[in-house]
Amino acid sequence: MDFQLSQDQKLLAETAASFAQKSSPVSRFRKLRDDPVGWDPAVWRQMGELGWLALPLPEAAGGFGGSFVDVCILLEKLATTLVPEPYLSSVVLAGMTLGHAGTAEQHERWLAPMLEGRSTIALAWAERDARYDPTRVATRAERTGDAWRLSGEKCWVLDGHHASQFVVSAVTDDGLALFVVDRSALGTTVTPTRTIDGRRAAFVRLDGATVADDARLGAPGTAGRLLDRVLDGAAVAACAEGLGICQTVLDMTVGYLKTREQFGVKIGTFQVLQHRAVDMFVQVELARSLTTLAAVKVGGDDDDERRKAVSAAKIQLSSGGSYVVRQAIQLHGGIGVTDEHDVGLYFKRLVALNALFGDEEDHVARFAARPGFSTTVC
Amino acid sequence: MDLSFTPEQEAFRADVRRFIADSMPPSIRAKAEDDAHFEHEEVMEWHRVLYRKGWVAPHWPKEHGGPGLDATERFILQDELEVAGAPMLSPFGLSMVGPLLMQFGTPAQQQRFLPKILSGDEAWCQGYSEPNAGSDLASLRCSAVDDGQGHFVVNGQKTWTTYAQYADWIFCLVRTDASVKKQAGISFVLIDMKSPGVEVKPMLTLGHTTAFCDTFFENVRVPKENLVGPLNGGWTLAKALLGHERTLIAAVGSSRRALLRVKRIAAKTMAHGRPLLDDPAWRARIARMEVALLGLQWTNYRALAGAALGHAPGPESSILKIRGAEILQQIYELAMEVMGQSSLTWYDDAGLVDPLERHVGPSFCYYRATTIYGGSNEIQRNVIAKWILGLPER
Repeated sequence: MDFQLSQDQKLLAETAASFAQKSSPVSRFRKLRDDPVGWDPAVWRQMGELGWLALPLPEAAGGFGGSFVDVCILLEKLATTLVPEPYLSSVVLAGMTLGHAGTAEQHERWLAPMLEGRSTIALAWAERDARYDPTRVATRAERTGDAWRLSGEKCWVLDGHHASQFVVSAVTDDGLALFVVDRSALGTTVTPTRTIDGRRAAFVRLDGATVADDARLGAPGTAGRLLDRVLDGAAVAACAEGLGICQTVLDMTVGYLKTREQFGVKIGTFQVLQHRAVDMFVQVELARSLTTLAAVKVGGDDDDERRKAVSAAKIQLSSGGSYVVRQAIQLHGGIGVTDEHDVGLYFKRLVALNALFGDEEDHVARFAARPGFSTTVC
Repeated sequence: MDLSFTPEQEAFRADVRRFIADSMPPSIRAKAEDDAHFEHEEVMEWHRVLYRKGWVAPHWPKEHGGPGLDATERFILQDELEVAGAPMLSPFGLSMVGPLLMQFGTPAQQQRFLPKILSGDEAWCQGYSEPNAGSDLASLRCSAVDDGQGHFVVNGQKTWTTYAQYADWIFCLVRTDASVKKQAGISFVLIDMKSPGVEVKPMLTLGHTTAFCDTFFENVRVPKENLVGPLNGGWTLAKALLGHERTLIAAVGSSRRALLRVKRIAAKTMAHGRPLLDDPAWRARIARMEVALLGLQWTNYRALAGAALGHAPGPESSILKIRGAEILQQIYELAMEVMGQSSLTWYDDAGLVDPLERHVGPSFCYYRATTIYGGSNEIQRNVIAKWILGLPER
């Protein structure tokens, strides 16, 4: 077994860490929280130039054919300063969907500009009554000649407030299908909303929005399995981001314990606080182990192995990661509950990540439903 | 990054499995199936089986009779032995005093003791803890006084001397200088258990097995050649043991075996007209337990991969003892809950309950010890706080 990063991966980690520290400190995220877009198009273009946006996309789709391990390295580092650019939504969700389902023409038309950092795309899969199931879709797509009319409501479209296009899932007579819908298409109403972590999403209403047949991605009926894979990729990306967050708040908290004085001593001398910090550390290490496993398995061909590893990592992020960020606030005391201190920003991002791409209970149920669960262990 | 075992390692795993299947005596296999407690003679029978195969001391160098397995092969061997429920060999000779003698002993001491540890001809126990020196081991008081005629005279009491009733020898930390800082006045000596003045009193554990003992020393004469390392240098030896074989302490194999037992019990335990394992709430609880174990397993693999490259143990290896101990305990807690009223079972001589469940109660009770022995989990946390997180001391 070899857990070491390749030379290229080490370089990627260093570049991303240095970008986060030097070009995008947490103060930048703070400023952009109040901006209607919430991220900076110039930085997005820079990420395109660095090749980050094309990193995990298949070479046939104009990407670099990198692995999910690469994506995880990048997102873990960017998370350390809460870099707000829409990588998860535009690359890992919409980009990967387009990359795997689209034709060369479609890649050229929608994906290529995004990979260069000139546009963003959002994946509109979620609906009010779907919870985490991408196949539970009420939005309909009716064939009218060589066009499609889409009707329904998509919710929690991440970074949908500013996306150039949406990749929308809708039910056709032949099963679930995916369509690319321009944000300016007639019959499309985009309602932006803030999210708990200081980022943005949109609810998208489709009232007979019409798209040409060449905006359909893949054959109807194939979308379910693709979305299942894409959402698992996003879950792993969330785990990597969560890992970066947990490691950062652990370091922050240990640093605070070493400097804060009460009763005439450093509070880090108190055993009850030491042990709390150790328990946080334990959870971070467990998250690192399971996220690494999931990052490797999510790119593999074995669906059962993939689901098992992804669910385990997501459960660990939710149970262990929540412990870490909650205790980080607790150990900071009152200052941890102010907006002024950074620890709360990380806390809220982790809360959001836990609620995305399957929550803890959802993944526990999936883990327990896997083939062989009753008769094998680990 | 490559998270798989090599074909050679997989082949080695298959060899180990085949060996266990072919070589485990039927009486031991039957007890393993039931998770029953192994008596000393059974443990030694299995010791001799492994000795004949050359696998009894996987971590010993070849010059001392080890098989020359690398870190990953040692892990695989241990893992398969645990999964098979094979008797756990006594660690006191093979894993504790043996390696210490190799590191600190004289050639004469090595020749005298190592071959018989390997063959199982001599059994060992550990004399560290005392009634008033547990986690605060350095405050031990059992004394060894130089009689000026080539002997130490030892007086005092050691406790938790596991398997002392079967031991031929005990390795002891004793106080040889009471006038200096407590860590600086401790020596490491080997004492023949047949010496006049040694008395052993076994006590029952919570699981009603006789593992622990109190061992008393009254004017026990110990030849000075049985001092290991320098006089008053015993604390260095005690600490050296802590660094040995961290990649094997998580007991992942034992926990995998125990959790499979939980699933088998849940599959045949009926509630509301269906197996407990088909109840989503119970299934979810078992699934969470398995995810916890998976996290431990892959953390163990990270530590193992580092050890295979010859790296010093990283932060990940420090959590193996804490999590390994907690998880084995929690799996038995879960087993007891799954069993419902059957968790009242205590040895079941009448054969009233399923053999799967017969020994869960005693094991559950005994495994309260996992978070205490080998440095309690609280001590482990102190160590991580200081050495890894760098938190200040009082």
